[in-house]
Amino acid sequence: MYTQGLNQAVEEGGPEDAELLARFQAKIDREEKIEPNDWMPEAYRQTLIRQISQHAHSEIVGMLPEGNWLTRAPSLRRKAILLAKVQDEGGHGLYLYAAAETLGISRAEMVERLLEGRARYSSIFNYPTITWADIGAVGWLVDGAAIMNQIPLCRCSYGPYARAMIRICKEESFHQRQGYEAISRLAEGTAAQKRMAQDALDRWWWPSLMMFGPSDAESPHTARSMRWKIKRFTNDELRQKFVDATVPQARLIGLEPPDPELRYDEESGHWRFGEIDWSEFNEVLAGNGPCNRERMAARRKAHAEGAWVREAATAHARKQRRRTAMAAAAE
Amino acid sequence: MADALTAAYALRLGDDALILSHRLSEWVGHGPELEEDIALANTALDLLGQARLLLACAGEREGRGRDEDALAYGRDVLDFSNLLLVEQPNGDFAQTMMRQFLFDAYAVALWPRLSASRDEVLAGIAGKAAKEAAYHVEQSAAWVVRMGDGTEESHDRAQAGLDLLWPYAGEIFEADEVEAALAEKGIAVAPSALREHWQARVGPVLEEAGLAPPEGAGVRTGGRQGRHSEHLGHLLAEFQFMQRAYPGARW
Ligand SMILES: [Fe+2]
Ligand SMILES: [Fe+2]
Repeated sequence: MYTQGLNQAVEEGGPEDAELLARFQAKIDREEKIEPNDWMPEAYRQTLIRQISQHAHSEIVGMLPEGNWLTRAPSLRRKAILLAKVQDEGGHGLYLYAAAETLGISRAEMVERLLEGRARYSSIFNYPTITWADIGAVGWLVDGAAIMNQIPLCRCSYGPYARAMIRICKEESFHQRQGYEAISRLAEGTAAQKRMAQDALDRWWWPSLMMFGPSDAESPHTARSMRWKIKRFTNDELRQKFVDATVPQARLIGLEPPDPELRYDEESGHWRFGEIDWSEFNEVLAGNGPCNRERMAARRKAHAEGAWVREAATAHARKQRRRTAMAAAAE
Repeated sequence: MADALTAAYALRLGDDALILSHRLSEWVGHGPELEEDIALANTALDLLGQARLLLACAGEREGRGRDEDALAYGRDVLDFSNLLLVEQPNGDFAQTMMRQFLFDAYAVALWPRLSASRDEVLAGIAGKAAKEAAYHVEQSAAWVVRMGDGTEESHDRAQAGLDLLWPYAGEIFEADEVEAALAEKGIAVAPSALREHWQARVGPVLEEAGLAPPEGAGVRTGGRQGRHSEHLGHLLAEFQFMQRAYPGARW
């Protein structure tokens, strides 16, 4: 029943661990939450640290492509919506770092791993936002795909992560609706606006499908993550859900996903789509996407230029403590 | 009913909020720490909300059918009436926070008084803005103290920000016939009446921070009359790009 990797871990840990592991699994099977002070297998802890920190980094790096249009939003209403959205994403990063910290890793360590290129963030943010329509497309497709992935995480077995996701999902679905509304407006607008909207869909469609990760046959950890209820659906199941939801939305506003093989399968009720170009996915993952270097350079620059600010805050706090102590001593 | 004076007054206050909000939005995603990034976005959002209400009010009182976007995106430099202070570039975090503090200290003096305006629309906007400004000034004052008191580097940067921006503070208290006439009617707050409150806010914070205003720095003014620094044109080129490139489109 257990996978190879887990059997080994249990053997290394001896019989006591086997008993702990059985109790841990039973708890998960009863749909009870694992909390920070509960015993958990090291692989569970490390899987969650990797996943939650990667998620947090994605929120932060994701602020960059959208922030790219904050100063050029075409109306004050759109500017306010975008500012609020980007601010929300920062907030998501904050809750997620906090959730990961409950597993025994500091935010500073996670950020360091990101800046040194040892931790990943979602590859989707390595694509550029070239026109205003990309802001609509990102909300509609990227936040839309994120929700598909994240709604099941609200029931994740790890309590702090599940609770963070409940709050985050509410905001993400709001972002998705706003993005769809923004691109709908373009699709019903002037010829130039329609062109912009279709072009954005052309560029974001396939990368959005890739957000669900490699196909099930290529994802080695899926079975274990599903048994631990970190994952509830496979990558391919979620991808299909996304396509089924999104194709009708595109057609409703007169846009067409860039896939000649796209067709509705009456029998299964699903939209069938063409082959995903995984070589592109792997290239972007390897650091060769259109904006990988820019995104990391921007994060490193902000971190480096912020160093004196963080030092000032620490130094001031230290001086304040000393002053308070001296005042107390003088009394 | 057209009311050119109130329109001009609302536009001045609206332009301050609009331009400062834009400057802060340039920071988003690039702040020194995640919490600060979020706080900068939050302040930018509050100011943008104030700007939208004030520009909408200005457009209505003007009576020429211009809405918030027509005013924000359809005017050139000469017709903007914001304080020179708010259009100054972000510079480093110290410069941004010093600009913010000098402005917030003014806002927190202005809005509670304007909330007693005999113009109900302005009074309503001011009441909302007063709460936001109280929060903003708490944050920016805390940063001025932290930076002034923190390390040698942060102190020097904060002092440099103060040296650079201090000459623009005098403009806050200037009044022309617009404010004079409206203050007389109980609609506007006379800017000169704010100086004392502003100083009472700024002085102790600078003292706690160990910072001193520059001597003999002079006063830079002209923003209220459309005489701006070189910076505003570049800001508008970016801010207004979409409306200029696609005239008449709806977004
Ligand atoms: Fe998010
Ligand atoms: Fe989002």
